Formats: sequence, C-alpha cells, structure tokens
Amino acid sequence: MAKQIKVSLIGNPNTGKTSVFNLLTGLNQQVGNYPGITVEKKEGVCKLSRGVKAHILDLPGTYSLNASSLDENVVIELLLNKKDKDFPDVAIVVSDVENLKRNLLLFTQIKDLEIPAILVINMADRMSRKGISIDIPLLEKKLHTKIALVSARKKEGIEDLKKLIESYTLLPKTSNTNALSFAPDYFDRLQKAFPDQSLYKLWLVITQDVNFRKFNKQDISIAPDFKIKSESELKRLQQKETIKRYQFINGALKEALTVDERAATGMRAKLDRVLTHKVWGYFIFFAILLLIFQAIYDWSSYPMDLIDEAFAWLSEFTSSILPAGPLVDLITEGIIPGLGGIVIFIPQIAFLFLFISILEESGYMSRVVFLMDRVMRKFGLSGKSVVPLVSGTACAIPAVMATRNIENWKERLITILVVPFTTCSARLPVYLIIISLVIPDEKIGWIFGYQSLTLMFLYFLGFGTAVGSAWILNKILKIKSKSYFVIEMPGYKIPLFKNVAINVIEKTKAFVFGAGKIILAISIILWVLASFGPNENFNNAEKIVTERYTDLAEEELSNKIASHKLEYSFIGYAGKAIEPIVAPLGYDWKIGIGIISSFAAREVFVGTLATIYSVGSDEEETIKNRMAAEVNQKTGEPLFNLASGLSLLLFYAFAMQCMSTLAIVKRETNTWKWPMAQLVFMSVLAYGIALIVYQILK
Amino acid sequence: MKTTIATLKRGQRAIIKEVTSDIIPLKLLEMGCLPGNEVQLLQIAPFQCPMYLNINGSHLAIRKEVAAQIEVEII
Repeated sequence: MAKQIKVSLIGNPNTGKTSVFNLLTGLNQQVGNYPGITVEKKEGVCKLSRGVKAHILDLPGTYSLNASSLDENVVIELLLNKKDKDFPDVAIVVSDVENLKRNLLLFTQIKDLEIPAILVINMADRMSRKGISIDIPLLEKKLHTKIALVSARKKEGIEDLKKLIESYTLLPKTSNTNALSFAPDYFDRLQKAFPDQSLYKLWLVITQDVNFRKFNKQDISIAPDFKIKSESELKRLQQKETIKRYQFINGALKEALTVDERAATGMRAKLDRVLTHKVWGYFIFFAILLLIFQAIYDWSSYPMDLIDEAFAWLSEFTSSILPAGPLVDLITEGIIPGLGGIVIFIPQIAFLFLFISILEESGYMSRVVFLMDRVMRKFGLSGKSVVPLVSGTACAIPAVMATRNIENWKERLITILVVPFTTCSARLPVYLIIISLVIPDEKIGWIFGYQSLTLMFLYFLGFGTAVGSAWILNKILKIKSKSYFVIEMPGYKIPLFKNVAINVIEKTKAFVFGAGKIILAISIILWVLASFGPNENFNNAEKIVTERYTDLAEEELSNKIASHKLEYSFIGYAGKAIEPIVAPLGYDWKIGIGIISSFAAREVFVGTLATIYSVGSDEEETIKNRMAAEVNQKTGEPLFNLASGLSLLLFYAFAMQCMSTLAIVKRETNTWKWPMAQLVFMSVLAYGIALIVYQILK
Repeated sequence: MKTTIATLKRGQRAIIKEVTSDIIPLKLLEMGCLPGNEVQLLQIAPFQCPMYLNINGSHLAIRKEVAAQIEVEII
C-alpha cells in the first residue's frame, strides 16, 4: 500500500475549517477521542489523483499556539512532537477572508515551527461583496507559502487545494517572520544551550503549561547558561512577540490585500442591531427557545410513537416465531425492550442537535452569550454557560463537555456542577408516565392542560434549581480565578446543510452507542435477576400458588404466579431489602428497584418497570395500565396516587442518577471530589424533598 | 479619569494607547488588541456589560473590568 500523506487541518474557530474538512473527506471520516481525554478527534481520508491518499486530521480550533484550554493543548502537543504518529507532513492553515489579519497570527506560528504549510483562504465567495481583493502571488511570496483560495460554501477551490497537498514536498519550510528578534540576547543564549532544537519550539516549551514527552521545561531549566524568566516577564515577552507578528503580517498584507470599505454591506450591523437589542434581542432568544422545546416535545412525539409501536410489534413477532424458552424470553423481554428504550430517544436528540448546530453555524450562539453574560454572572455563571444549560435538556454529557470554552475556572466548575439539574431527555419518559398516571387529564380554560403545565413546571424547576444552586455555590466556593472572558462575534452565515447533517448524525450516534451500551446491559441484568430466584419459593412458585388459591380462574392464577415469582426472585429480595428506605417516600419495593437501577441511568426506570411488570405476563396490557392497577400493600390505595406520584417526580427532578455524567465530570474536573459531591448533594436533596412532599400530601 | 474602552459611548472609535499586560489575557492581545490599533464600540449589553467591540477588524465581546484596563484615545 502506498504511503498516505499526513495532513493536519489547523485554524481559528469560525473560519469554516470543518466545512473544508467535510469537503476533503466527504463521509469518509471518523470521530474518536484523543487517548485519556475527551477532546474529539476527527480524521478522514481524502483521495488525490493517481491513487495517492491523504490522511486528514481535523485539529481543534485554536486562535494561537499559546494554549489556554484542553482542546488547544492537543494542537500544540501534536505539532511539537515529531515522533507522534499523526505528526503532519504538511499543515493546512484555514483562514477566513474577512479576518485574514488575525488568522495569519496562527499561520506565522506554524511557519516558525518549520512545518510545511499551505494557507487556505476560505469564504472566497464573500470577497466581492465585502470589497476585498488579494494579490495571491505576492502574498505567497511574502509568506513563503502556497495559497488556495477556497469557497467551502460553493465547493470551489478544493481541487486546487488537493493539488497543493499532492505536491507538498515543494513547499518552503523556511520561516521569515523573525518574531523572536525583539530580545536577541535572551534567545541567542537559549539557542546556544540547545543548538539542535528549533528556537520557536524551545520558546513554546518554556511558555506553555503542556506535558511534552521527552523534552520539557525541566530540561531547559537545568541548562547552565540559560535562565527561564518569571511568569510576568515571560508574559511581557509574549506580548512583544505578538506585536512583532502583527508587524510582519501588516507588512505582508499592506500591498497584497486591499479592502474597499464602501463596498462592504452592513448586513452584520443591521442584524446585530436587532439580535443584540436590549429588548428585541431577549424576545427573539426566548422565541427561539420556545421553538426548540416545541420541536423536542411535540414534533418528535410522532416518530417516537412509531418507534414505540415498532418495538412492541417486534417483541411480539419474535416471541411468536421462536420456540419458547429462557433464551427467547431474554430476547423478547430483556433485549428488545432495552433496545427500544434507546432508539426512542433518537428523534429528540436529533432535533436538539439540529437546532444547536444551526444556531452555532449561523453565528447566532455568540449573540446569546453576549446577551446572557451579565444575567448569568449574577449567579456565578458565564454567558457561555447558556449553551451547556440548553444542551443539558438533551443530555448532561455533551453539556458538561460544552463547558470547555468557559475560560474562568470557577464559572466553568459551577456550570459543570449544576448542569445535571436541567431536565435531560432521560427524565422525560419517567415524567410522562407518572404525570399521565397521577395528574388529571383536564384543562384549565381552553388551552392549558394540567398535565402539560406539570411538565412545564418540572422544566422550570430544573432550570431554577440549576441557577439557584449556582448562586449558592458561587457564595461557598473559594476559588480565585482571573475574570477572563473573550468571545468572538463571527459574521452571520447561512448554515451549510452538510455540516449540520454530519453534526446531527455524529452526536446521535455517540448517544446511541455510548448511553445505549449501559441501558442495554442493565436491562439484560435486570431481566436475569427478575427471572431467577435463590430458593424453593421461586422455583416452586406454581405449586405454592395453585395450592393456596384453589378457586381462581386460569388468567388470574397465572398473574398470581408471576407476581409471586417476582417477589421471590433475586431482584425481589433486593427490592425488599431497600423497601424500608423508600417507604417513607410512598414507594413500594418495585419502585425501589426502579430507583436503584436508575442510578446507572435514569432512563432505565420505565424500562425496569416494564421488565418487572412484563416478566411472565402477556404483553397485551400496556405498562401504564399495569402501573395504574398496582395497589400499595400497606394502605390499600392505588400505589401511584397524587402524593407518591409527585414525590417520585420530584425525586427524579433532583437526584443524580447517571453514571455516565459522573464519569464525564470526573474526566473534566480531573478529580473524584466534584462528582462525589454532586452525587451526595443531589441525592440528599432529592430524598429530602420527596419525603416532605409525600408526608404532607398523603 | 482615564479614557478606557469602558468609558466609550456606543459607536465611538478610538486608538488603543496602552494595554497593561498582567491583567489582559494573552488571547485578547492575539486577537488584535494591541497599542496603535483602532477600536470601535459597537453595542453594549444591558447593565454596561459585556461590550461588543470591533478591534482591528476582529469582532469580539469582553467584560467591563477588562475593558476598563485598556487605555484609549478617542478619534
């Protein structure tokens, strides 16, 4: 097999880097993680002419090689490590024609690392509208590079780029920025101490807090003739370096770039005047939120009903064609309902990510951050916490990951800690089934039903608790971190369908395979625990029940046998063991089992009850009817009444019942301290409130 | 009182005079917030914070405390 050309795609955020990646690789891409961290790693293969292939790595967006986040560390770690298997033969630096000056800063840094680099000037289709013209040959000469003028939107210029990749060996490796010429003595001594390393690389090793293998700050600090300066001195030098780089860039662009200010249409200014307006801005934002909720809870109910029916049918169909036996029971009662419990969330998750990626691609999300920053800061959060909190309505896992671009550590930590309070889609099935059982299906006036109002209340409760706990945490946590908030306000763009589609597919896939594995595993374990028992009471259930109730009809008798079996199964014993703990909340041991299994993932609750109630019974009755018929053994009243129902709803609103979230919080905060605090605090709160509500209402 | 970005009125343009490097994040400098560059205040959120700026052609928003550290001269 021919050797692949290794290409790294580098660029500032909002330059359309991902669009270029999508165009180069098509659907020929895969998403994984960098080992040990949760930064997304996107790679793909691009076919060039004559059977040559290029392996394209889409590095996280970064404004410069001076890293300030985990995502940016990935870029610099790779580019400084020539031994890395992904170390690029050629780097493609993607820039946006409207922000060329700023984008070139990163380009000059890449050049200083002496990596062959191609400059892509993207969004070329906007040039005439913005009155921009570029003398490409001149700019190529000034920057010592080759330039591809690309329009990812119009799919233009990609072939030129591919040709440049093919002939990457012809690219000049030399750098001419002289960015480190402002302190000649200092850098001369550094170079003399390590003659075989490139100077800029040494400088990066000194100034960055990144773990470099083999060669690191320690090695430099023990050099005899060279001393690393203090932090504030280093920062001053970095400032000088930045000025030097801009001087170089301004020099290069002076003749090569002309902008006719008059031609620039004020589209951005006009939109900004409305979208960031102090009244209309908020009005539009809330209208958009309303639309998103409408889509998630109303529109997605149609495909969800279809999925529900399809799996019920599949279960019945499978049991009708396969011979009866424990293995078939496992498939029809454990695996198929378990799979159904995963697939049913797909429409909601897809809708949510559809909206989020449209809002991000269009540039609107930055305006939301701008509008909300001040309000959120009152609660110790940042404007950038809005995106995680909104994402949290789908799932806390991507939401916790979305906190990464919050620069201030305290604000980021608080956001991570409170995000699990927002009502994630996994709580929804629990809410829906309990609400339909205990809240009357009546309307106030014409439009508002009690049931939908209850649901809305639970959503507000989630947000309210999140914001309220943020406020408390802000008072308690004594973390000093610099107030530091910079957000780019990109130009408005019409989202590219391909980018949005790929994003939605990827995020949905990640959910199905990530969360799906856990849900499936748990439903199988539950089925096994419910289908076997430790002693004679279970194994001889039929005999015992038949002897006890001699005068029952056959159907009633088989129900009695089933519930007797369940009571004496492994899971029955486990449930009985915890009954004293959950009884004050108004629950019986079956709900107790539901709650225990929900600690792995709360969406398991309905599935668990489904498994518990359907084991050994005919599938015809729906879960809801069976739950409605349950009687509390102690009070003789229906098990699910207003008191126990509300207590259960509130328990689910507050409890931390998701192992995956705990795992991701551990990874993002790098300690078990925070996820454990979350688990304890949320569980105690949930138990306390559920207890109070039940004891008052019962 | 010193003239800083925080004291600008909406729509005003100014030239950046001095940036106190210990407080200003490097990232802001890299986005073009350097002495000699032009800055225009485009929009202010309610309660004066954050401030939406055009610095040297880059559109970005920063908080008032940081803006108050960047000395400017109105043009």
